[in-house]
Amino acid sequence: MLIVRIEPREFDTTSTQGARAHLRVLGLAAVVPLLVSLLLGGLIFLSNGIPPLHGLHAFFIAPLSDRLGLTELLVKAAPLALIACGLLFVFRANVWNIGAEGQFILGAIGATGTALFLVPQDSPFCLPALFLGGVIAGAAWAGVVAWLRAHLRVNEILCSLMLVYVAQLLLHWLVQSPWRDPQGYNFPETALFESSLMLPILVERTRLHLGVLFVVPAVALTWLLLNRSLFGLAISVAGRAPRAARFAGFSQKRIIWMTLLVSGGFAGLAGAVEVVGLTGQLVPRISPGYGFTAIIVAFLGGLHPLGVVAAALLVALTYLGGEAAQVTTQLPYAAAGIFQGLLLFSVLAFGFFSRHRVRFTRAVQRPAGQVLQASANLPANPSANSSTNPRVDL
Amino acid sequence: MEVCGCVFVTCACFMATFDVSPLLEIRAISKRFGDLTANDAISLTLRRGEIHALIGENGAGKSTLMQILYGRITPDAGEILLEGKPLAAGTAAARAAGITMVFQQFVLFEALTGLENLRLGLGNGMKPRALRDKALAFAERYGFWVELDRRVSELSAGEHQRLEVLRCIMQEPKVLIMDEPTSVLTPQEADGLFETIRLLARNGTGIVYISHKLREIRALCERATVLRRGRVVARPDPQKTELDAMARAMLGDDAVALADLAETEDKATGTLSAVPSVPTMPSVLPPRETTRLFVEGLTLPSVHRQGVGLSDISFSVAAGEIFGIAGIAGNGQNTLLEALTGERLLPHGQEQAIRLQGRAVGQLGVLARRRLGLATVPEDRHGHGAVGDLTLKENILLTSTHVTHGEDALVRRFACSGGWLRLRRAGMVAEQVLARFAIQGAEARGPDTLARKLSGGNLQRFIVGRGLLHAPDLLLVLQPTWGVDAHAAARIHQALREAAERGAGVLLISQDLDELLALSHRIAVLARGQLSRPFICADFKDSPAGKSELRHALGLLMTGLGGTSTNPDREKVL
Repeated sequence: MLIVRIEPREFDTTSTQGARAHLRVLGLAAVVPLLVSLLLGGLIFLSNGIPPLHGLHAFFIAPLSDRLGLTELLVKAAPLALIACGLLFVFRANVWNIGAEGQFILGAIGATGTALFLVPQDSPFCLPALFLGGVIAGAAWAGVVAWLRAHLRVNEILCSLMLVYVAQLLLHWLVQSPWRDPQGYNFPETALFESSLMLPILVERTRLHLGVLFVVPAVALTWLLLNRSLFGLAISVAGRAPRAARFAGFSQKRIIWMTLLVSGGFAGLAGAVEVVGLTGQLVPRISPGYGFTAIIVAFLGGLHPLGVVAAALLVALTYLGGEAAQVTTQLPYAAAGIFQGLLLFSVLAFGFFSRHRVRFTRAVQRPAGQVLQASANLPANPSANSSTNPRVDL
Repeated sequence: MEVCGCVFVTCACFMATFDVSPLLEIRAISKRFGDLTANDAISLTLRRGEIHALIGENGAGKSTLMQILYGRITPDAGEILLEGKPLAAGTAAARAAGITMVFQQFVLFEALTGLENLRLGLGNGMKPRALRDKALAFAERYGFWVELDRRVSELSAGEHQRLEVLRCIMQEPKVLIMDEPTSVLTPQEADGLFETIRLLARNGTGIVYISHKLREIRALCERATVLRRGRVVARPDPQKTELDAMARAMLGDDAVALADLAETEDKATGTLSAVPSVPTMPSVLPPRETTRLFVEGLTLPSVHRQGVGLSDISFSVAAGEIFGIAGIAGNGQNTLLEALTGERLLPHGQEQAIRLQGRAVGQLGVLARRRLGLATVPEDRHGHGAVGDLTLKENILLTSTHVTHGEDALVRRFACSGGWLRLRRAGMVAEQVLARFAIQGAEARGPDTLARKLSGGNLQRFIVGRGLLHAPDLLLVLQPTWGVDAHAAARIHQALREAAERGAGVLLISQDLDELLALSHRIAVLARGQLSRPFICADFKDSPAGKSELRHALGLLMTGLGGTSTNPDREKVL
């Protein structure tokens, strides 16, 4: 009988040898998934009759070869990074908010509503007010999830996901009837904002706007909150050991509320930035699925703020590459989604194998005649002697 | 003729018991893990029918040696001969050759019944009915009763263990390894187990008995091998050697550990005379001027469907007192701890059931109770008392937020009550705890060490040290030395005594009667959610048999057989 065992890898980081082995495995866990997803992507190109290298070039290199492409990369990476920063809070606390897409849409609606109805056009506070409107709307949308989860014990995965559809329908209704631009030739769009309500463009003849720079303070703030505040410590403890969190006196309800509000706020900010910096109006297709893709970004980035920035750039490249490949190789736009999925799966899989090893052992055949003996394929008893069992190197 | 026959029979008996060719021979086994030599040329022989004690504290190399014997670890050097033939590598080979092991932590499937577990362990395609008959036959032959049809999760620790032992002996092993088998048993259950072990030995099974309880070893074993730091340091004869010498061999010259061992070992069976020892049981009850904790009529269901809740529990802990609660785990200990710490709040109208420092706290949360001077050391080190993936300085903050009292300025001011963490100060405090409790394993990275990198005993010392940081008025301790080596246990016991001397009330909840008897002023027993009336330990101190009488009474109460009034004239409820 073949026995498959999955054991945790332990590294003795106090010895140089062990530390080196640890680093080697970590390095492999970063590089191998990229190579594997490129390889699999190449195979997909090949199966569609496109030379793999040509396809990969069109997908990953051609979009970055001019100024427009580079700025577009930043424009697309910024909302992903902002949303993913917020998602770090919930995911680290083991609260599964997968409705950032809805919170993003609400942020866009909130900013637009503020611009259209609430702000006097010439006030110096009007731009910050738009972002505030977006943040509040996004946080409120997540607050619904928090209330359902914390007080009624509704599964947050389901309700956050379903609220995405509510948000999308709300958006469609708004742009089609009450907020539709009367001078807009019946297009389902709101009126364009006054130019004083738009963020300045940083590089001429591109769409690179000031809002992209919001990522820098957002990442810094996220890092500080997660690593240097009591709130961040409570999140780490609650996510890793809920009992220890109760023991320490961190209220579970409060953590659910706070993390969801923060993550909704970040998504709402991203939605507001998108409207105020890019479109200047509310349109039905305000998001190409940023809220969902940000989940991939958060995990690709190893749930670390800086990792999130790198992951956001990488995933934004798959968006650009998808568009470019559509033109040059006639591959459908869905190819972008395929690459995102490949990346996520290979990162998660190799992440797992960098922390665990798989062992195959073959049980010895019992000699005939002996009736009484163990054939117990009981799981190895890993906890039994873990305290005395010295750490074993790779 | 008759005389001749007699002699012949005696000879045969003699031959059977003292067969000269060893059953098992371990020859110069060595195993290294990185820099650590876990086993250094260890040799050991086991005869047929022998009960051989393997003594040593955690980390001495016992477990490694036994895992090598059981085929789970491959040795670097040396060989193992079973009946003169070399043993092939691997657990399956070891089992096929007739070596089995009863683990310290049970490896049974909780969701399955006893019989189903047996089938998984040794089914061999046997029909359930045949297997049941066989199991019952074995259980009868070795004189114990097992529950085959209930789910393992519903069984007590003692029943667990009997099932585990049954599974092993049904394989009719040649060599049976038992790893600290009495650590979860009541004294009565342990006696039953000893009978089984003796019977097995009489039938020719060689038994390796791992323990650090010298009293048990003296009662059971003919020969002993003492390991320390991976080496054989002595091979005493447990029947003849002074317990003192065995203790010294096991622990080295650690005076604190030796004194502590002297207290937890029963004086009736041997003396540890050379060891400087404090009185075995606290001799005077501290004056009951200040009541730290007062629990009255506490009734609370368990949160788990099959867990045990509390029914009508009343007791009090005075300043300077160590109040012990004995009982097998799973009899309401966790519910009690959660109710006392504030992890679970009492229903409205019942806040008076728990009074801390005179204040009704039933509705106050963890933080409020902590501010009133409560500190807790929970049972689970990983995931409850500490978070393995966080550093020590982060872990030290778990119980310190919102608290501003403590001995010195640093302790008063290192923790925050919101906002930003004061990590540098937390690191300094963690450093203090590491130094004060002589915690090993954090030398390289100090307070930045991940908690899971510490061994069980060291992490437990850290958690106890953290509990004492803010000079608590009431210290709640659940199973503080479970799975902890003797050195660490001694330090922890010492810390608890010092806390009580300083004026704290200490509530010690434990299944280890030795520990309770050595530390507590009063002991009550928690069984099936009900608390017995407390025994005053000092009352039992005068008579020589007093302690074993108390031990026996407590043991009966622990199994739920003793009723609440085994010895009414000795009980005084305060």
